[in-house]
Amino acid sequence: MMVLILMVGIFQSWNIALSIFNLCLISAVMTMGANIQWGYAGLINFGIMGYTALGGLAAVLISVDPVQEAWRAGGFDILMSLWLIVVMVLVIRFVLKRFEKSKIRTYSIAAIIISGILLIRFSAEPGIEAIEAVDPAKTGFLGGFGLPIIFSWIVGALFAGGLAFIVGKVALGLRADYLAIATLLISEIVIAIIKHEDWLTRGVKNVIGLKRPAPYEVDLQTTDWFIKLVEKFNSGKLSVIENLADRQAALNQLVIEGSSVFVKLCYSGLFLVVVIILLILTQKALYSPWGRMMRAIRDNEEAANAMGKNVVKQHLLIFILGSAIVGIAGAMLVTQDGLFTPGSYRPMRYTFLIWVMVIVGGSGNNFGAILGGFVVWFLWIEAAPISLFLINFFTAGIPETNALKAHLIESVPYFRFLLMGLGLLFIMRYRPKGILPEKIEIK
Amino acid sequence: MDFVNAIILLLNYIFIPALTYGSQLALGAIFVTLIYGILRFANFATGDMMSFGTMMTILFTWYFQSLGVSLGVLPTALLAIPFGIIFMIFYMLIIDKFVFKYYRNQKSPPVQFAMVSIGVMFVTQAVVRIIIGPGDRRFFDGEKFIIKAREFKEMTGLNEGLALKSTQVITIFVTIVLVSLLFWFLNRTKTGKSMKAYSDNEDLALLSGIDPKKIVLVTWVIAGILATIGGALYGLDKSFKPFTYFNNMLPIFAAAIVGGIGNPFGAFLGGYVIAFSEILLTYAYKKFFIYILPESMEPSSLVQLLSTDYKFAVSFSILVIVLIYRPSGIFKGKVL
Repeated sequence: MMVLILMVGIFQSWNIALSIFNLCLISAVMTMGANIQWGYAGLINFGIMGYTALGGLAAVLISVDPVQEAWRAGGFDILMSLWLIVVMVLVIRFVLKRFEKSKIRTYSIAAIIISGILLIRFSAEPGIEAIEAVDPAKTGFLGGFGLPIIFSWIVGALFAGGLAFIVGKVALGLRADYLAIATLLISEIVIAIIKHEDWLTRGVKNVIGLKRPAPYEVDLQTTDWFIKLVEKFNSGKLSVIENLADRQAALNQLVIEGSSVFVKLCYSGLFLVVVIILLILTQKALYSPWGRMMRAIRDNEEAANAMGKNVVKQHLLIFILGSAIVGIAGAMLVTQDGLFTPGSYRPMRYTFLIWVMVIVGGSGNNFGAILGGFVVWFLWIEAAPISLFLINFFTAGIPETNALKAHLIESVPYFRFLLMGLGLLFIMRYRPKGILPEKIEIK
Repeated sequence: MDFVNAIILLLNYIFIPALTYGSQLALGAIFVTLIYGILRFANFATGDMMSFGTMMTILFTWYFQSLGVSLGVLPTALLAIPFGIIFMIFYMLIIDKFVFKYYRNQKSPPVQFAMVSIGVMFVTQAVVRIIIGPGDRRFFDGEKFIIKAREFKEMTGLNEGLALKSTQVITIFVTIVLVSLLFWFLNRTKTGKSMKAYSDNEDLALLSGIDPKKIVLVTWVIAGILATIGGALYGLDKSFKPFTYFNNMLPIFAAAIVGGIGNPFGAFLGGYVIAFSEILLTYAYKKFFIYILPESMEPSSLVQLLSTDYKFAVSFSILVIVLIYRPSGIFKGKVL
């Protein structure tokens, strides 16, 4: 796999190779999260998109500077509504605890929720309007805390874990394929909220220019040590050029290229650290008594239950853990891109593709998950060039003006779907346990 | 007079659109529910199969248009639908033979089926996009309106117009005919009854001499008809875009589950439940209240329960609530 990425580096460019590599790392983290749920515990979670988006939201809320004016305009109303939500939850809890299960209780809880939502809408409306009116072209939202964006990786995990707790409480009792549909739909609800609550996320107006944990290219290009470094690396190439002005121009070009490679390398380093930490933790967990218990629950729920294992609790726990890892990946993704675009979260890319990675890589095997993330993401990106090459190869004899050939070349980007689908179907059929199957060593 | 105006307003903006949208969802939901009840898996390729059928219909519509064949005031697509259906069924049977059959013989768990259907989803999506492209296509021709809003105003002297698009009438009419035929088939004919028996208890059905191959075949045929017609009607009414069809899968699933999955009648009603609640909850009632209430009480805000952005979220929330309180759906489907 590394060889393939190196080949991209040599044949296309190092920039592309590194950006593929970084996204491979992020995909690997997401896949590990899904793999924990599916491979360890047999829980099917089609809501990956929702947790990824929440992670991204965390990145925004942590790193953006607070918009003071917006806080002054509508902060009070928003805080009031938050209080109202807390009060509502407490009242519902109280009703649930205090009264026996009955029709009246159900109806009164429904009444509390509906009147609560109406009340919150009325109290938050002026605040939201005021916030969104604050310089809508640039801000129009509350902003965040102005902390380094790295913290958001942890906060993203917390957000995603919190959502998973609620979803798990609601949906984990359902049978497998229902759980899949329910989580898919809940993640769509999450995306709808993120897209349309402009006061919190700027919605489809996107948040751009997030702070970076890595240096900026522009700064690097004017830093002395970096220019010297590039010069040293390319001294052979540069010394060939005789003319001093030409040499300086060539050096400038190299510095510009080198700076973006350097920034990407910084990200790769950060992401690698996360992947390695997660890999160590998940491997330890897999072979711990807890991992054994999870497998027991997965393979025979009733027997595990009879042995005194709390199946419901463990399912909820693993659902939260897996989702939290996906949340980290979501925050990492936004950190790398430097922008948060709620409109780009689509189930195809963030849920189903991740599942292809899990299945292809090998469920229940952490190395398989990482491998799946790498292979599938690589193919997803490189499918278009590969299929373009193949089409040109097979239709070499046909003239360029042929309608069929032109049409095929035009639709090259969609061959990636075909490749993914066929890959998934073949793996499911002939190697149902994935490329690296689950191996359990009993020590 | 104001009262009549208010009623017309609701008819025009809520009732008729919801009925149309509900019919389109209902056809898709019956498709989902049949596959779930008889082949026993949640088909994640639903939306894309519908888009495949619609694509075939569009291609034939273009072909007929190029030949100069048309139905006059009716859209040419109606003529193309049967051909679309044939290709759709053909495609489904090929997929069944090469993909699903293996897992059926293996008696794989439903989750594995669902995963496989995701593979089918990817492939179908690719096929549709490669053949017709991802863009927005309109293939409607013929007379667009049966009643135009302005004509209606002139005719009745009311302030509110009532527009009736021909696609809406066609959708509702076709749905009623198709669904009644389907229920007649399921409840009255021998094959339909054996399908029901197979869905209720596979082993018992096999013991009493029902041929499983025939059941599967008939199921795919019906599914193909439903998918193509449902998809084509949606495309006629709005427009055809592969991505929208993929997204439509979600409210369709919601409709099927809300109605009680495995129960075709429930799915039929579920479609309308979802459509009406989506539109009722996101409609701005300001104008309605202006007509109904005396002038002093007129609302200043839009009187909208939820913004239209949350249209999909409404149906999903209903689904979640149903799943929690009544997992078998409103009309007792399979108990889960």
